[in-house]
Amino acid sequence: MVLSAFLLLLGATLLAYFLNRKAAISIRAGGTQLHSLESFHGLFAALSVLVPVLAGILIWLVLRGSAVDWFLLQSLPEGTFDGLDSGASQLIVAEIKSIAGGRVFGTPDPWKTEAAERLLRYNEIADWAMVALVAISAAVLLWFARSTVGAQFRARQSAERIVLGLMMFCATAAIFVTIGIVFALTFETIKFFQIVPFTEFLFGTSWEPQIPIREDQVAAEGAFGAVPVFLGTIVISTVALLVAVPVGLMSAIYLNEFAPHRLRSAVKPVLEILAGVPTVVYGFFAVLTVAPAIRQFAATIGVDVAPNTALAAGSVMGVMLIPFISSFADDALSAVPRSLRDGALALGATRGEMMLNVLFPAAIPGIVGGVLLAVSRAIGETMIVVMAAGLIAKMTINPLDSVTAVTVQIVTLLIGDTSFDNPKTLSAFALGMMLFLATLFINIFALRIVRKYREIYD
Amino acid sequence: MTDTTPETSGPNPSHSTTEMVRQSLARRNRKQVVLQGFGVAAIAFALSMLVILVGSLVTSGYPALTQTHVALEVFVDPEEVDPDNLPGGGYDEMLAASLGSYFPDVDMSDRASARTVTKILSNGAQLQLREQVIETPSLIGETITITVPAADNYDQLNKGLIQRATPEENRRLNDAEIARFDTLDAAGAISTPLNTALITSADSRFPELAGLKGAIIGSFWALLTCFLISFPIGIGAAIYLEEFAPKNRLSDIIEININNLAAVPSVVFGLLALAVFLGWFGMPRSAPLVGGMTLALMTLPTIIIATRAALKAVPPSIREAALGVGASKQQVVFHHVLPLAMPGILTGTIIGLAQALGETAPLLLIGMNAFITSAPTGPFDSATALPTQIFIWADSPERGFVSRTSAAILVLLTFLITMNAIAIYLRQKFERKW
Repeated sequence: MVLSAFLLLLGATLLAYFLNRKAAISIRAGGTQLHSLESFHGLFAALSVLVPVLAGILIWLVLRGSAVDWFLLQSLPEGTFDGLDSGASQLIVAEIKSIAGGRVFGTPDPWKTEAAERLLRYNEIADWAMVALVAISAAVLLWFARSTVGAQFRARQSAERIVLGLMMFCATAAIFVTIGIVFALTFETIKFFQIVPFTEFLFGTSWEPQIPIREDQVAAEGAFGAVPVFLGTIVISTVALLVAVPVGLMSAIYLNEFAPHRLRSAVKPVLEILAGVPTVVYGFFAVLTVAPAIRQFAATIGVDVAPNTALAAGSVMGVMLIPFISSFADDALSAVPRSLRDGALALGATRGEMMLNVLFPAAIPGIVGGVLLAVSRAIGETMIVVMAAGLIAKMTINPLDSVTAVTVQIVTLLIGDTSFDNPKTLSAFALGMMLFLATLFINIFALRIVRKYREIYD
Repeated sequence: MTDTTPETSGPNPSHSTTEMVRQSLARRNRKQVVLQGFGVAAIAFALSMLVILVGSLVTSGYPALTQTHVALEVFVDPEEVDPDNLPGGGYDEMLAASLGSYFPDVDMSDRASARTVTKILSNGAQLQLREQVIETPSLIGETITITVPAADNYDQLNKGLIQRATPEENRRLNDAEIARFDTLDAAGAISTPLNTALITSADSRFPELAGLKGAIIGSFWALLTCFLISFPIGIGAAIYLEEFAPKNRLSDIIEININNLAAVPSVVFGLLALAVFLGWFGMPRSAPLVGGMTLALMTLPTIIIATRAALKAVPPSIREAALGVGASKQQVVFHHVLPLAMPGILTGTIIGLAQALGETAPLLLIGMNAFITSAPTGPFDSATALPTQIFIWADSPERGFVSRTSAAILVLLTFLITMNAIAIYLRQKFERKW
C-alpha cells in the first residue's frame, strides 16, 4: 500500500512536469514570448506536486502507528486497563497485535479476537485513506500547477524558491537532530529525577540499578548513586590516554620532522587503518587477546587480577585513539610557520632542539585541542568497554580491578525489555544526559582552542 | 644543518664559544637520536598492535572457514515417513540407523546409547534430511548419500582445537567419543569442505549451523536506508551552507552544530532513536529501517563536511564563467559546480557509509541484537546487522563461536576494505587538479 502511494505520487509528479512543459511549449509556439524556459514551468509543477504530498505521506507514516493504537485503545471494553500498570497494558496490546498478525497462542479471550479484527480493519482503512488522500491532493495540486502556466508567470523564480527552501530545510536538519537529542534526553531524565533525587544520583556512591519485579519480592530497593560509574569511566579513559598520548605524540613528532618522505607517506595511511577498524572489533580483540595476555603476565609475576580489567579495555581503547592524536598533532606541527622552524635552525639548534623547544611549544594549543577531542571520544566509546569492562560498579581507581563505565551501564540497562516508567531504564537516560553534556562541553572547548590557534598563524 | 660551526673563526675571541659548541654537539646530537628513537618506537608499537590485531583475528578465524561434515548412507525408511505428513517423519531415527551401521557394538534401539552416537551429528542434520525428502518425496524407500555438518565439539576435535593430549577429565570429549569419531574418520566418512553456511545461512544457537546471511541482509537494508536519507539531505545542506547561506548568526549556529554533532558519542544517537523513533513514533523494534534512520543521523555530519570540502575545491572561475553567460545562481550550482564536485562527494559518502556499517552501539539500543533465525525479507522485518551479530556471537558461551566471531569480523573487514578501496579508486580516477 505504501509502495502504491509512492508510485502514484511519482506518476503525478512526472505528469505535472510534462503537462506544464507541453503547455508552455504550445504558448511559445503560438508566438508569445515566455518569461521562463519551458523546463522551469515543468519543474515548478513537478515540485509543487511532489513536495507537499511527499511531506504528507511521511508525516502520515510516522503518526499512523500511534493513531491506530489510540483508536484501538478507545474501542476496547471500558475498564480493561483498570488496576493494570503500563507493562501489563502494553502486554495486552501486544497480544492483540500478534493475534491480528496471525500468531495465535492458545485460545484468547473473545474480546481480544474482536479487537484484533478491529485492528486489521483500522489498518486497512488507514492504508486506503492514505492512497485516497495522495490521489486527491495530487490531483488538486496538479490542477493548481497547470493553472499557473502563462507567458508572464515567473516559473524560474518560483521553482528556485522551492529548491532553496528545500535546501534550507536540509541545512536545519542538523539542528533538528540536536534538538531531538536534547528533548529526548531531557524528557526521560526529568522523569528519572522525579523518582530518584538529583543529589543522590550525582553524589551517591552506590550503583545497584536492580528493582523488584514483583510487589512482594524481597529485593534491594535499587541504588542510583552514579559516582562509581563515573569513576570507572575516568579510570578507563585515563588508561587509554596514558597509552594514546605518548605514542601518538611521539609518532607525530617523528613523522613530521625526522621521517624520510617515503616512510611518512607509507606509515600515515597504515596508522589511519587503526582509526577505521570498527569498535566492536577492538572489543573482541580486547577479550580474545589483550585481557588473557594481561592475566597471564600478572600470573607470572604473582599478581591476581580480574578477568575484565580496566587495563585491558583502556589499553585497547588507547590503541584506537593513537591515529586520532597522531593526526591532530601532525596537523598542529605542520601549521607552525616555516619562519619559526628556519629561525631556530639558523641560530644553530639541532633539529631535535628545534622540535622540542620551538615547534612543539608553538603547536601545544592545537595538540591540546586534539587531546581533548580524544578525551571526549574515550568517555563516549561504547563497544570496547561493553565487551571488555565489567558490569558491577565499584568505588576503585585500581586499573587492575574490574570497573564499569557510563556507556556500559546505558547499554546493559536498555538491552532487552524497555518500558519507560521505571527508574532502571530511565537512569540510562540520565547517564546519557551526563555523557552528552560532558562530551558537548569538551567538544566546544576543544574546537574553540583549535580554531583560535589556527587564526593566530593564518 | 647542525654542523654549521664555523671553521674559519680564526684567532678572534669567539674561539672559546666555538670550542664549547663543538664539545656539547655530541651530547646534543645524542639527545636528538634519543628523540628519534622514541618516535620510531612509538610507530613500531602502533604498527605492531595493528599486526597483532589482524594476526590474532586471522589465526582464530581461520578454522571457521571450513566445517567438518559427515557423509552418511541413509535409507529413507517408508515406515518412518508418512507421505501425507512429510515434515512429521522420524528423520533422526533414520540418521541413527545409518550411523549405527558403523558401530555394531552400540544398541541403537536403546535411546540413551543411541544418543551417544548421534550426538556426533549437528542438530541441523535431521532438518537437512527432512528438507531433502520434502522436496523430492520419491526418495522414500531409497538409500541416499547425504553430507551433514558434525556437531561443534567434534568439529573442534577434527580441527585440532580440542587436543587429544589433554587429560580426559579436562577435555570436552571423553576417550570413547573420540574413538567413535576416529572410527568414522577411518571409514572415510569425515570431510572438511569450505564452510559455505557461514554466508548462506542465518543465525543459530548451534555454532556449526550459524551463518551471517541475516546479518548481511540486515546491514544491507540499514545502509540503504541510511544512504537514501543522509545523501540527499547532506548534499542539500552542504550546498545551502556553502553556496547560498548568508553570513549571519543562524549560519554560524548551524555550522557549529554540525561540527558538534560529528563528535557526539554514538550511544547517544541510540538513546535518541530509542526515545523518539521507538518510544514516540511507535516504530518497530529491531527493524533495519529504524537502524538505518539512526545511522543516517550519524552519517549526516560526515557527508555535509565532505560535500562542503568538495564544493570548496571547485575553482571560482567555473562559477563566474557560468554566471557570465547568463546562468542563474542555481543553474550554476546544479549544472556546473555539483557535477564537478561529485567524485569528492561520493568518496566522502562511501567513507561515511563504511563508518555506519561498523557502528554497533546505537543498533544495540534499538534491539538489533535479537536472536533471529531467518533472514529478513524487507526493511521492516526484525534483523541483526553485521556488527551486532559479531557482538552476539562474541557473547555466546559455545567454544565454536569464538572462531566464528573472528570469521564474521573478517567478513565485516572485507566489506569495509572493499568500500574504502572503491572510495580511493574514485578519488584517484576522477580527482581533478585545477
